[in-house]
Amino acid sequence: MKIFQIVLFIFLIVCAISVTFSKNLLNSIIIFMSYSLIMSIIWILLESPDLAITEAAVGAGITSILFFVTLKKIHAIIALDEDKVDKHPHKSVSIKKGEAK
Amino acid sequence: MSRLLSEEEYRKTKAFKIKRWYRGEKDPYIGRVELTPQKPFTEDVKTMKQRIHDEAILKRNIYDIERNKKLQIFSKFYHVVSIAFVFTLIAILLYIVSYLPPVGNAANPDNNEVAAKYIEDGMKDTGAVNIVTGMILDYRAFDTLGESNVLFIATCTVLILLRMDKNSEKKEEEDNDRLYEPKNDIILQKVAFFLVPMIIIFGIYVILNGHLSPGGGFSGGAIIGSGLILYVNAFGFKKIERFFTQKTYKWICFVALLFYCLAKTYSFYCGSHHLETGIPLGTPGDILSSGLILPLNICVGMVVACTMYAFYAMFRKGGF
Repeated sequence: MKIFQIVLFIFLIVCAISVTFSKNLLNSIIIFMSYSLIMSIIWILLESPDLAITEAAVGAGITSILFFVTLKKIHAIIALDEDKVDKHPHKSVSIKKGEAK
Repeated sequence: MSRLLSEEEYRKTKAFKIKRWYRGEKDPYIGRVELTPQKPFTEDVKTMKQRIHDEAILKRNIYDIERNKKLQIFSKFYHVVSIAFVFTLIAILLYIVSYLPPVGNAANPDNNEVAAKYIEDGMKDTGAVNIVTGMILDYRAFDTLGESNVLFIATCTVLILLRMDKNSEKKEEEDNDRLYEPKNDIILQKVAFFLVPMIIIFGIYVILNGHLSPGGGFSGGAIIGSGLILYVNAFGFKKIERFFTQKTYKWICFVALLFYCLAKTYSFYCGSHHLETGIPLGTPGDILSSGLILPLNICVGMVVACTMYAFYAMFRKGGF
């Protein structure tokens, strides 16, 4: 169990550092999500399951979803949905070119 | 017209003039000041060349680090000072940390009679098996009231910042994807169909068992809120508006916070940490035990769940 804890702590530190150094915002949010997930497991190992439940729901769930929505709002995530192609004709051309390659 | 003066006499009064001036019907300059139409701006070649030349020299002097000695010195100075500042700050903080008492020492100031009393008499006083909930919602219930009010105020602030006007919605529909929702995603819908009821039932279980098992209002409310968000993502805003609108949110938050206020603000006025509510505590371990803790847990849970969903709805749609 001790080794498991140490592995988790190393993961935690690696996640925390790589969030700041990741260039892609989407990647850093997903890393932040995994950070919260590891943190909730550590809370269970520290015998506080109520904090673990809250961390899993708020840290890994709601906070990252709000971040995703914000990224979508500021157009940091480029959507390549089929539904969107009809709305923006100039985008559909570039997608078709990409598919041809 | 119910005016006493005739129309011509009324035109001579000051009230009429003020009214006319206020409405902007008469321009006071017209007829009194000679107005000449503005000439279009023209620039002869000589001054234009001079201007472009000056701008180029100015730009070179400001942004060219190699020639601008002042800027060169400043940038070096800036780097050195910022690094020195950071290291001094680290040194000061480490120096202060070295004065803190060691962790786990029995003589630490935080190891006093308050914690001992909560652990020893907690179950007898509050009737809650879960000491944490007993502490949060009985001994320190007034703090929790403040926390739930903070959540409500946060929602109000987000509403002020992100609310969309209903009139401007149609204009923005074209270039903004606020109202854009993904077409029926069959995988997400099937997963949500099984998961959402389970998540919400688990959240209700965590709230109702707040005084018996780990958890309580905040954790259970967060779980229910995430379940609602999953439901919205799978089935869209139209389906959730059948049972959860802004009106529902308003009433739930209002009733929950008002009940909490009425139940627990007496400690603010009386200065007493524990007063008899008259509700029997019951046998510890039963669902219906520990007096006011169970209804207060439900209140906090509902406020938190509504807040979580409201945040998401406001970020996505600007209102719900």
